[in-house]
Order: sequence, then structure tokens, then C-alpha cells
Amino acid sequence: MGTVSKTFGRVAGLAAAAALATTLSVSARETITVYTAVEPEELAGFAEAFQADNSDYEIQWVRDSTGVITAKLLAEGENSPADIVWGLAATSLLMMAERDMLEPYAPAGMDKLSPALMDKQDPPRWVGQRAWVASVCVNTYEAEAKGLPMPATWEDLTKPVYKGHIIMPNPASSGTGFLDVSSWMQIWGEEKAWDFMDRLHENIGIYSHSGSAPCKMAGRGEYPIGISFAYKGAQLKGEGAPVEVVAPSEGLGWDLESFAIMKSAKNKAGAKALADWSVTEQANRMYNEAYAVVAMPGIATAVEHFPANIEEKMIDNDFAWAAENRARILDEWEKRYGSKSAPK
Amino acid sequence: MSAQDFEASAGPAFPSVDRGRLVSTLGLLLGVALLLIFVAAPLVTIFLKSLQNDTGTFVGLDNFVRYFSSAGLVQSLFNSIQIALTVTVIACGLAFGYAYALTRTCMPMRGLFRAIAMIPILAPSLLSAIALIYLLGNQGMIRELLFGNSVYGPIGIVLGITFYVFPHVLMIMVTALSSADARLYEAAEAMGTSRWRIFWTITVPGARYGLISAGFVVFTLTITDFGVPKVIGGNFNVLATDIYKQVVGQQSFSMGAVVGLILLFPAILSFSVDRVVRKRQVAQMSARAVPYAPQPSKGRDRAFFVFCSLVSLFLVGILATAVFASLVTYWPYNLTLTLAHYDFNAVDPNGWSSFTNSLEMAAWTALIGTCVIFLGAYFVEKADTLPFARGLLHMLAMIPMAVPGLVLGLAYVFFFSTPTNPLSGIYGTMAILVLSTVVHFYTVAHLSFVTALKQLDKEFEAVSASLKVPAYKTMLRVHVPICLPLILNVAIYLFLNAMTTVSAAVFLYAPDTKLASIAVLNMDDVGDQAPASAMAIMIVLTSVSVKLLQVVVTRSLLARSSAWRQRDPG
Repeated sequence: MGTVSKTFGRVAGLAAAAALATTLSVSARETITVYTAVEPEELAGFAEAFQADNSDYEIQWVRDSTGVITAKLLAEGENSPADIVWGLAATSLLMMAERDMLEPYAPAGMDKLSPALMDKQDPPRWVGQRAWVASVCVNTYEAEAKGLPMPATWEDLTKPVYKGHIIMPNPASSGTGFLDVSSWMQIWGEEKAWDFMDRLHENIGIYSHSGSAPCKMAGRGEYPIGISFAYKGAQLKGEGAPVEVVAPSEGLGWDLESFAIMKSAKNKAGAKALADWSVTEQANRMYNEAYAVVAMPGIATAVEHFPANIEEKMIDNDFAWAAENRARILDEWEKRYGSKSAPK
Repeated sequence: MSAQDFEASAGPAFPSVDRGRLVSTLGLLLGVALLLIFVAAPLVTIFLKSLQNDTGTFVGLDNFVRYFSSAGLVQSLFNSIQIALTVTVIACGLAFGYAYALTRTCMPMRGLFRAIAMIPILAPSLLSAIALIYLLGNQGMIRELLFGNSVYGPIGIVLGITFYVFPHVLMIMVTALSSADARLYEAAEAMGTSRWRIFWTITVPGARYGLISAGFVVFTLTITDFGVPKVIGGNFNVLATDIYKQVVGQQSFSMGAVVGLILLFPAILSFSVDRVVRKRQVAQMSARAVPYAPQPSKGRDRAFFVFCSLVSLFLVGILATAVFASLVTYWPYNLTLTLAHYDFNAVDPNGWSSFTNSLEMAAWTALIGTCVIFLGAYFVEKADTLPFARGLLHMLAMIPMAVPGLVLGLAYVFFFSTPTNPLSGIYGTMAILVLSTVVHFYTVAHLSFVTALKQLDKEFEAVSASLKVPAYKTMLRVHVPICLPLILNVAIYLFLNAMTTVSAAVFLYAPDTKLASIAVLNMDDVGDQAPASAMAIMIVLTSVSVKLLQVVVTRSLLARSSAWRQRDPG
């Protein structure tokens, strides 16, 4: 029995020590809890740059995919630990604005940004930072081995030669997937878009649950062609993957990585400081390191490995239309393609 | 005289007995209250949520009607059942053969085979799916084995989940086959019965209960697993990924709650059947039974050695592939080995901290879970008061088994994130992760303790009551030491599961409490399969170390505190 209590005592002691160590490691600087869907590898750079100018604050990231972060925020509601949402899809922020979860705020220097890329209310409830744009990633090595020509248009992807070689995100699981579907509808009108997707479906190997996975899988040659977004493809190419990023000529869907301050923020001053920093030229130049289209006009330079002039192909995206019709479109999508069993 | 008679007649005369009663009454009520708050209330919340629309207005059964009228549901339900049945047949078949080899043959290296079979329990379920992509995916090393079929879909799900459930089934089968009465076999042999007939008339009926129970365990585990179909399911929809699509893809919590409740049905059904079967079971071993000891038989032992080697090859192969995946620079184009994928700080903002968080969470889960569950089982089994509360506590303790992790996680979000809930303070802390994990794995631990305590004679309480020793002292001096190896076992069980669990935690983790298993899920989600494998391997390494530690500690504990077990009863 002595052994029992001693063993338990030791375990409890260890656990308590661990808990204490965790508490002590938190520094004296004030923490800003930031929910984000920005790709993880970029976050450290942003935090360092912000903290260099704002030494009172320390950013604590909560990073997950767009879907999970949005679901978390909506579920947590007023009890959310988030002070500011940063780099989340504007479509998601629209849902939150609708539920009155966002605090309107005009960041200092906001007037230098393109007004088209932020909330129409004044002061805006959310402000766009940079756009991510749909693109197609093609594995050049596998394409050559399998005799696949380089596609130039969306329509090309429906050619029988690509049968089973294409992977795209499932619009019911991934925001990027829905962005593709809604952009095709805005380009061609619904009827033609469904007809296109019927034919595209014949060529799809699988629908993935995440928006970046198709490009990564194309990079590894699992499926030689991935419908994804340009940033991911350019990044992979930079890392030496045999990938070419193609911007189909009919037009490209896009969404905005944006920020918004939470009404329930516990550290509003910190959230505002980050909001102010996020519209500076320095921040915009950093956005430009990975993305071709940023909120501050006139400063973007060409990004390595991006398709040229990608911004000219971006469609005139109607976020409100997409949000209103989302449930209906997804129902129809599920009916047509969702319940089909595994690929042959 | 039984304990009840004793207390009824002599109770009022002894104040110490009253105190003991008071303690067990309070303990029982506390246990019931805890399980009502942490099991029942969140489930009620998710039920209410399914009757509301996404902005919180009551809509009755509208969500259910909408879901049942969509084409997807019937298909997902059908797919889920089809997968679950397939896995049940395959996993039970393999595990039965494997367990038979371990318990009824003289096959060499049985200890090694037993250890190998435990591999899957040490890893998150995602690991098998990732490894299968490296093996059988479109660039897979041995994809020719599939003859052109795609691993993305039912094939991948069945293989991945079979790997993941194998040890769970095997443990039940081994227990079922371990106890056999040698006299039956001797009698049969004396009468010249053929081996085949002995197998079907003695062995199988004897293990019948274990087979049925194992079948239901696999069925439930399969239908509620979310990791494997998410990674390798392709376009093959199952109920578990449907919840994910509703909640994460479309942010529709009401529909997520609806699918969650639908997912509860097969689990509850299989669980109830299991309970009925369990009640029908009669003791196989009478007091006069002679334990069966297998005799060597060259042909049979060799055949089973080959069989077990093949199964082990599958289990070890999956793990080895995951290790390989974590070390290769860029699959399949650059096969140079590197440790770069273990530099988690470079690919994930939480980096290594998610690993230390997991250690902390698992330690707390093991500590708190073991104490709470043991006390709960003790009161259910040994308290003399409030039969209704005992029954209720036992019933509440059974519920978590039937609740898929994803549903539990969602229920916790709904229940604890409401600002009006006085307990909302624990939302987003380590505490809620520990609590949800304890609850998620409560049933198995509870059942083990109840079974062990049942074996201890009620006379212990009667005697200590007559000696005016308070019940809690008897518990500390008798029950705890006797159950010590089991207590340690349960603590390790909770620890290992806390290290690998994904489903309940995915909605509950906060900035500073991200777990290693969640990191695996996230990294795989964005397509970073190499670092995902690396983190999964870190979890495996931790689990192996803990398991080895357990072996050492159990040995020394048994030597020291269970000397009584060796004493001659006469």
C-alpha cells in the first residue's frame, strides 16, 4: 500500500511539475490569440515581423484548415478565445458577420487599400489581405510518362485522355472546392457549368477533403493533375517538385484571405494593433512573397513560379451570390457526384 | 450470512457502519452527478441541436427529414454497414486464427507474435491509412497487388481499419480461447472423435461468447472510425466522414448533430445485442475443470506459424512503411533519407509543443481516469446503499462505448462553450481534453474494474464492518492492492488511447493544447504526409516506451505486493 500511494504521489508530483513548467514558460508580454488558416510555414515570419514593431504583444496562433477554423469560431460563439481572425476566407467571415460576431474597425492606413477587397460597411467588419486563386497543378514527369498533354483550359480537363488522372477538392468538404464550382457557374451560367462538371466527373480519380491536398498529391504523382490553388503549386515547384502551375484561360475563381476583430475579443487593443500592422506596406510586401494579388494596389511584384498575369484571369466574383446559393448547389452536387461509389 | 443481512440486522448498532454507508452514499451520488454532467448532459445538448436550424430556431424533425430525403444518406449508411460487415468478417477470421495459434498450439515464438499483434494499438489510426497510400497508392511500392484497383475507397478503408482493430479483437479472442476444460477434449479423443468435429462441437461453442462479443466490438469501432476513411476513403462516403463534411465543410452543426445521432444507432444496437449475449453466457469453467494444455503437433504448429507470420508481416509492414515514409526526402522522386520531417517546428506553428501537450494530456488522463473509474466501479459493485443509484451509475458508465468520438467532441463543444454554462471556464483548456478522453474510454476501464471487483468476496466488507474498520480502509488495504496490476493496466490503456485519439479532441483543442495526434491529422490534411508520419512515429515510440515501463513495473509490483497470491490457501 505504501508503494501505491508513493507511486501515485510521484505521478501526481510529476504531472504538477509539468503543469507548473508550462505556466512559467508563458512570457510577460501580452498575448494576442489569433485564429488563422494561413499555411503553417508562413506564420513564424508574420509573427516575427509584427512583434518586431509591437514589442508589447506576442502572437499565439491557432492554425487549422479554413473549414475547421470557421466551424470552431461558429461553435464557440461568444466564448471563443480568439481576439482576431486573420487570414481566413472572406466567405467564412461573411457567415460570422451575419451572426454579428465581428467588431467593425477601420485600421489606421486602411485608405491605401483597394476598397473592392473589403467589407462594404463603414467601418468595415472585415478587411481583405490577399487573394488566393484557383489553378491547376500538373506533374510534368508523370504527364510525360503517361502521355498527357498540358491542359490550357478548364474544358481541356474533360478530354478522355485525362480519365482517372484528375483530383479535385470535394466542394462539400473544402472551401477551395466550392470556390471552383461557384466560379464555373459564374463564368458559364449554371446549366453549362453542370454539363461541364458531368463530363469532368468522368475524369476525376478522387475528390479530396482538403483544398491544398490535390496539388500536393499531384506533386507526388498520386494523381498527375490536381485542381487546387496557385500558391501551393508555386511553392511545391520552388521546392523542386516536378510541377507546373496552369491558369485555365476561361477564368479563375478566388477568395480573399482577410482579417476581422472578434466582438468577444479579450485583448481588443492587441487585436487592433495587429489589424493596423496588417494593412501596412511592409505587411503587404510580405503577403506578396507568396501570393500575386494583395490588398494594397501597385506594390505587387511577380511571384516566382506563378502563372503570368494571373490577376487578369480572376473572375468578377460575387461572394454574396455564392453564399446564398451554397446549400442548394451542394445538394445538387451531392446528388450528381457525391453518392457515386469508388472509382473503377 | 451475506453482507446485506449483516448490515440490516446489525447496522444501526454500529456507528462506524453508518459512516461507511454515508461515504458510499456520497460517493455514489457524486459519481452519478459527474457522469450526468459529463456524459448525459452533452448528449442531450447534441440531441437538442439536431432539432434546431443553424441559427438556433427550433425546427422539430426538419433536419432529419432533409437528411433522409437526400440521396447521399442512404448511400453512406449502406457503405458504412458494408464496410463494417466486411471488416468484421476479415478481422474476426484473422484474429480467431491468430488467437487459436497463441492459445491452443505449441507454435514457436508465441510471445513475439503476441507482442507484434499489439503494434496497432500504439499508433493513431491515421498511420495505417498513410502507410497504405505509400504501399498501394497510385505510386505505391507494391500497387501491382491490387491488379489495377484503386486503394482509395473500400479496399483502403477495409485494410486500414482491419489493421487498427486487430489487437482489440485479438485480446477478446485470446481471453475466450484461454479457458477450456481439458476433460472435454480428453473425453472426445477417447471416443475417437475427429479433430474437425472436436473443433466445431467443443472449441467453437466454448468461445462462442468471445466471438460474438468481438464481432460487435469490431463493428462499432469500424462504423465510428473517422481517421482512416478521411485519409484513404476517396469518393466512398461513410457516415463518419459525412459528419466531417457537414461540420467542417459546410459549418452546419445541426446537420452534423443529425448525422451524429444516426451514427449512434448502429453503435447502440450492436452494444445492446452484446449486453444480451453477455447475460446469456454461463460459466464455462466449473470448479472441477482441468485447464487445457495444448500438445505439440508438427503439421498444425507449422501451419499456424506460417499463418501468424503472414499476419505479422502485414502488421510490421504497415509500421515499417510509416517509418520509411517519415524518413524519405520527397516520395517518390527523391528517396534520400533525412530526419528533416521530424523538425516539426518548421512545418507547424505548434511544432514540438503538440507532442509535449500530448504527453501531459495522457498523463492526466491516466491519473484522473484511473482514480475516478476505479472509485465508480467500486461503488457500483460494493456499496450497500441506493440500489437505484448503483444501477444508474453503471448504466451511465456503459454509454460512452456507444458514442463515437466525433459525436462526443461535438457534444462537448455545444455543451461547454455556452457562456451561460457555469462550467464554460474549462472550454479551451487542458481539462476539457482530459475529461473528454476519460469519458471516451470510460466503459472498457469500468467493465474491467467491475469484473475484477466482482471476483472479490463480499465477506471482506462484512468482516471489516464487524471489526468496525471503515469501508474506505478496507478498499485501500484489500481491493486496491489486489487490483493493482489491473489498475496499472487501465492507467496504461488510458494513456495509450489518450496519445492516439483524434476524433473527440479535434473540436476541443485550443491554441496551447494542440495534441500530437491532431498534428498528424492536420499535417496529412494539407498533404504533408511525411511529417505526419514522423509525428505518428513519435507517438508510437512513446507508447512503446510506456508499455515497456509497464512490463517492468508490473513485474516488481507483482513480486512485492501480491505475495499473497502464491500463499497456500490451505
